[in-house]
Amino acid sequence: MTVRILDAGPLTTVQDLGRPGHLRYGIPPSGPLDRESFRLANRLVGNADGAAALECTYMGPRFQVDRPCAIAVTGAAAPVTVNGVEAPRWTTLVLRAGDTVRVGAPRAGVLSYVAFSGGLDVPLVLGSRSTYARGRLGGLEGRALRPGDVLRVPDGPPPVVRALAPPPPVGGEAETRVRVVLGPQADRFTDEGLRTLLGSAYEMTRESDRMGARLHGPRIAHARGHDIVSDGIALGSIQVPGDGQPIVLLVDRQSTGGYTKVATVCSFDIGRLGQVKPGRKVVFTAVSVAEAHRLLRESDALLDGLLREETA
Amino acid sequence: MRFLPAGDLAVSVEFGEEISVEVNTRVRALEFLIREKGPAGVLEMVPTFRSLLVYYDPRQVGYDALCAAVAELVPQASTAVLPPARTVELPCCYDSELGLDLEAAALRLELPVAELVRLHSGAEYLVYFIGFTPGLPYMTGMPERIRLPRLETPRTQVPAQSVGIGGSQCCIYSVDSPGGYWILGKTPLRLYDPEAPDPILLRPGDRVSFRPIDRAEYERIAAQVEARTWRPVIA
Repeated sequence: MTVRILDAGPLTTVQDLGRPGHLRYGIPPSGPLDRESFRLANRLVGNADGAAALECTYMGPRFQVDRPCAIAVTGAAAPVTVNGVEAPRWTTLVLRAGDTVRVGAPRAGVLSYVAFSGGLDVPLVLGSRSTYARGRLGGLEGRALRPGDVLRVPDGPPPVVRALAPPPPVGGEAETRVRVVLGPQADRFTDEGLRTLLGSAYEMTRESDRMGARLHGPRIAHARGHDIVSDGIALGSIQVPGDGQPIVLLVDRQSTGGYTKVATVCSFDIGRLGQVKPGRKVVFTAVSVAEAHRLLRESDALLDGLLREETA
Repeated sequence: MRFLPAGDLAVSVEFGEEISVEVNTRVRALEFLIREKGPAGVLEMVPTFRSLLVYYDPRQVGYDALCAAVAELVPQASTAVLPPARTVELPCCYDSELGLDLEAAALRLELPVAELVRLHSGAEYLVYFIGFTPGLPYMTGMPERIRLPRLETPRTQVPAQSVGIGGSQCCIYSVDSPGGYWILGKTPLRLYDPEAPDPILLRPGDRVSFRPIDRAEYERIAAQVEARTWRPVIA
């Protein structure tokens, strides 16, 4: 069957769980910013977690399907309508041929995910269907969707209606707390600078994208200069250039860079960070590597629990 | 050598804070050894001038166990373990239209343009690592005589495939991007081609040389690259 894009929204891309293994050539992993919401969307339509689906930033798309199929919308608190009638998120929606779906602007959160039973069929590029728009790689012709695009979906399993109740909260908190591990260059900052990072609230700005979240707040003081001999940039690296403002590097990040990195946001909090609207605040809490690994196992178990619940 | 945590999924193995062939060789040798020996839980690695970023799966291996497994390989990480380097010849058109700063750089260096081209194309360059944008090589090997500080005001847009110099480094832009190097010329080859089965031309450790070509040859090769009939000279 096919999905015809009527309106695309400002940034709607095809993603799967990403393209690991190519950072040594400067190619980022891409994939969804909020992996948890993405995986749950796929589960709700009976797909494997890594099937290709849509990631929508801010306003989602309006699209029409030409055959019966099942979809699910997760992530940000965005209104969903089918043929103009409001429909629930975090639930399998069974569509008939000719139905038109619209994902609106989120009341809370930023990123919505739309999964289709069977998964979106775009070519595998370096082992992945994820779009890396800056590098014109993967997804649909290496770019964000446009009105008039048509996406193919192979026939999926017959739809089984599943729902997550209550759905996990996404976005909307006055302050979003994210856990960080200090380093790799924490020693290039003054004690005062580290206290500023951990004791202040930073505002998400409009310049943020899939490459990096640019935050604004009290200046983080360097001990000796903000330039280093370039080294690798991990997922969640908090780069602090000369202006003292933090940039958290994300899934479409550059692989290496020459600015000091004060700390690294833990992988399990990247999705929450990605869901923070411009103007909302982020606070950083430091944890040790061992503590981070314990929290990662907890986060895995929580997601597994949600996944089991909906399949039961 | 020190291990610096980079969040819950990566650790940076740092050999030093300077740019040198010696330090970078140890980094690339360690990457090679880890790939060969395959310690549990390593997912991928990013070599740079002076450190190796190791991505791992903490569900498979703990931080301390991973660091211990890597530390065991460090003493062997030297040139001796690396396979022979590839040599790659890049045709390069040094003319003042494609080489946006060719004349200004020659003037600043107090050299005739032809001498600047002779010196730049006469050297062999080592790819320290690939990074920043897809396929962009960080290279060393610049003759002392043509070293210049980077442009005071970086350009907001440098065309992909432009060949530039700055400080001790030579750079080839892989995609259109901002940049502060003095642009001496342009290669008709694509360092990053998202539509090719293997989108990246150069590899860490490659030895690169530039073959001066005129504008007519540039256009001829560019047409073959476009038609996907050009085979780069790699040995």
